[in-house]
Order: sequence, then C-alpha cells, then structure tokens
Amino acid sequence: MADASYPTELLYHAEHDWARIDGDTAVFGITWYAQDALGEVVFFDPPQVGSTVTAGESYAEVESVKAVSDVVAPLSGEIIEVNPGLGDTPENINNDPYGDGWMVKVRLSEESQTGDLLDAAAYEATLS
Amino acid sequence: MAAATPDTALKRTPLYDRHVAAGAKLVPFAGWEMPVQYEGVKQEHLATRATAGVFDVSHMGEIATSGPDAEAFLQHILSNDVTKLQTGGAQYSVLCREDGGVLDDLFTYRLGATDFLTVTNASNHEKDFAWFAKQAEGFDVEVTDVAANYAMLAVQGPQAREIVGAISDSPLPDRFTCRHKMLRGQKVLVCGTGYTGEDGVELLLDPADAPMIWDEVVRRGAVPAGLAARDTLRLEVGYHLYGNDLMEERGPIEAGLGWAVKEDTGFIGSDAVRAVRDAGPSEKLVAFTMESGIARQGNPVVGGGEVTSGTMSPSLEIGIGMAYVPAERAEVGTELEIDVRGKVRRAVVARKPLYKK
Repeated sequence: MADASYPTELLYHAEHDWARIDGDTAVFGITWYAQDALGEVVFFDPPQVGSTVTAGESYAEVESVKAVSDVVAPLSGEIIEVNPGLGDTPENINNDPYGDGWMVKVRLSEESQTGDLLDAAAYEATLS
Repeated sequence: MAAATPDTALKRTPLYDRHVAAGAKLVPFAGWEMPVQYEGVKQEHLATRATAGVFDVSHMGEIATSGPDAEAFLQHILSNDVTKLQTGGAQYSVLCREDGGVLDDLFTYRLGATDFLTVTNASNHEKDFAWFAKQAEGFDVEVTDVAANYAMLAVQGPQAREIVGAISDSPLPDRFTCRHKMLRGQKVLVCGTGYTGEDGVELLLDPADAPMIWDEVVRRGAVPAGLAARDTLRLEVGYHLYGNDLMEERGPIEAGLGWAVKEDTGFIGSDAVRAVRDAGPSEKLVAFTMESGIARQGNPVVGGGEVTSGTMSPSLEIGIGMAYVPAERAEVGTELEIDVRGKVRRAVVARKPLYKK
C-alpha cells in the first residue's frame, strides 16, 4: 500500500471523501485516510446509475473484513457512471484510492457548491 | 473513524512489545489491548490455511480444579461427560445456567486423576470463575483462578506441528490431547486443540517464556495473526463465538451444540436442556452463504431470526455468517432473506463447515 497522500488537484469533504471536478462532472472516491482506517476493503455496494446524490449524504457502502462504512457525496448531482472494476477488485480502493479505486462519476447539479469543500492542505490539517 | 485513545486500564499480554514491533493494530477487547491484525486480515487468514499462523490468545482465562471431588464437581457444572475425559485429554463443553442458558463455552484438559485445567473466554472469565467458586460449595475441591499464571499461543495451520515440533524435546500430542513438553528448555503444556479448523497446537506456558517461544515459531515461519483472522477462520468452519453466537439467553441445543451436551450426567441446567431437546428447539443456529454483500451481527432475517456473526470469507470470497432462524427454516438449502441496513439480500442455509480442504 502506498504512503499517505492527498493530491492537490482534488477537493475534499471532511467525511474523508474526494472529488475530481472536470467541467460539469466530477469523480468521487474516498481518501487515503479513509481506506487506511477501514482496513482491507472486501466489498463495494454501488449506487444505481441515474440516481441522485446529495452533498454530505451517503450514496454507497464500502465494507472491510470487519466493518461497513457509508460513503458520503462531496457534491450533489446525478450518478452517470459507476466504477465497474470495483465489483471484482474492491481492493483497488486500498491500493489506489485516487486512481483505480474511484467510485462514481456524477453530473453535478447546478446548485452544487464547491465552497464547502476543503483543499488538500486544509483536509490534511483536519487529520492531525 | 476517530483514532483510538490509549486506555491505561487495559491489560497487556507478555507479547505486547512483539505486537507493537510487528506493526499490529491494537484494539481494546474484553479488557485487553489485543492485536486485531498485523499486515492484513486476509493475508493472515490465508497464511494460516496454507502454512501456519501464530495467535496470541493470552487474554483467555484459566481455572484450575483439583481435589478428590474434582471430577464430580466438573461433571456437576459442565455439559459434557467429564468421566470420559482421560488424563491428557481435552474436551469441549458449555457451562449452563439452571434454565439452560449458556454462560460460556470452554475447553477442559485433564492433567491428572484429580487435576483439571479449564480455559475460559476472556470476556467471561470473571463470571465463570465466580460461578465455579459458588457451585464448588459442598464439593471437596479446590478451584483456583490461574489466569495470571499462563500465557497462551495458538499455532495453527498445516505446518504448525512441524514448526512447534522443531523446538520440542519429544513428539507433540495428538488432536484433543495435551502433554507437558519441554520447548527450548521450558516446560509448556502443549494441547492438540485450536479454533481455526486447521491442525495445530495451543501452548499454555509461563508468561515469562512467551516472547521467546513466539520468536522461535515466527522465525520458523508461523505468520503473526490477529483476532480478526481468528474470527474469519473460526466462522468459515462454523465454530461459535461467545457473545455473538452463544449467549445466556439461548441454550446449547438451539446453538447446535447438542453433541457437547450429555443430559444424563445431571449437570446444572440439564433438565432445561433435555426439555428443549425433547420438544425440539423453536429456533436453530444455522450457517449461511450470501448471494451478494455481507451480512453483519444484528442484521434481521426476514420472517424471524437474526444474524449473530457475519463477515467476508477470505477463503471462499463470499459473504458468510451464522444466524438464529425459526427451526422450520433451518434445513440446509433453505433460502433466507437478510435485511442488511435496509437492503434485502439473499442467502442460503449451508452445511457446516462452510470451508473444507
């Protein structure tokens, strides 16, 4: 497993989720800290494509051997894609939380505000 | 996901320093600070199945029972037939209340004609000892809490005997027997028991000797394995965990432990247990496999019952578990629906053990 990292091009929700924004869409996942706290991820329960997610609310569940955790949406919008690889290889969430471990792609709602999110330095500061 | 705060009230085993050095994640468990995992649960689990794992189970308790009435006394409180236990033998039994509820499940070793050692679950040790002491009145027997005298290591897996055998002065005892051996010059009670479904041994030893023996077996290839791997291993083979699958509010017949219960011995609770066996239990503990997802302890079974243990099986790579269900739904092959946090997921009652070699 790689060392702790918080890429500066991402925005972070305090519940340990990240968003990579590209125009009116964004990709979501969980942070290095979250996957480390969970331990080995063994199951990802994805949302339905077409369902809507609300910033700060759970949209999926991720399970480690011992525990289950809600995954919180950093921003609001409609799910347009779910990472198809996580069905067979949920461990990608541990191995590559910002790459192959991405969870969903969302078309952001017009009301979606990035102002509530943290940059990498501010998020990292919440962890210490 | 808050970080655990150190709790100085937690007890530490003599292997605490070894766990820290090995990078263990330590958690509070039954009043002890115990390693839940080292490198990773899956790896530790699979290593135990493939080669050998070593588990620090020093948190478990020990009660010594000795004296002229020792056998009669244990026959009075333990569910199994203690008179069938030979010197150097090991026997699994449950400790019942008068109403048949399960106080604990235990392994008892017979060290001599009137000399026994019983291993208790850490979470139940004080309760068990108080029960032993109370019930001992009227018997010519001495019951002693000897938990502080013992550390305990479980070396489990296909290579476990080879690893421990290499430091033993003489051949290791067979399954379900125990013998005192000299391991690297130190006296150790070596028991052919374990709780992983693998062959292996459990070592009851002087706490001062535990770090040296731990180092010896790790050097010979036993992989340090934590409580989380012990839990997934035992669940794959359908062994009960007290506090999950066994509890005071339910009896041994419901739990599927009728084989360890001999009502004719007249132990405390035997009448209540007999009544359940004769009438047939209204609910039974079953093992199940999930079609998808993972059920967890406390998840309700649709139509009655609840999950008592649930995890992802590292060997089978599916969700598995145990649940109490109405007796008419306990047949192998019965389809169950389990409410997993609001989502109904399908499972099927499966034959134990879920994992077979």
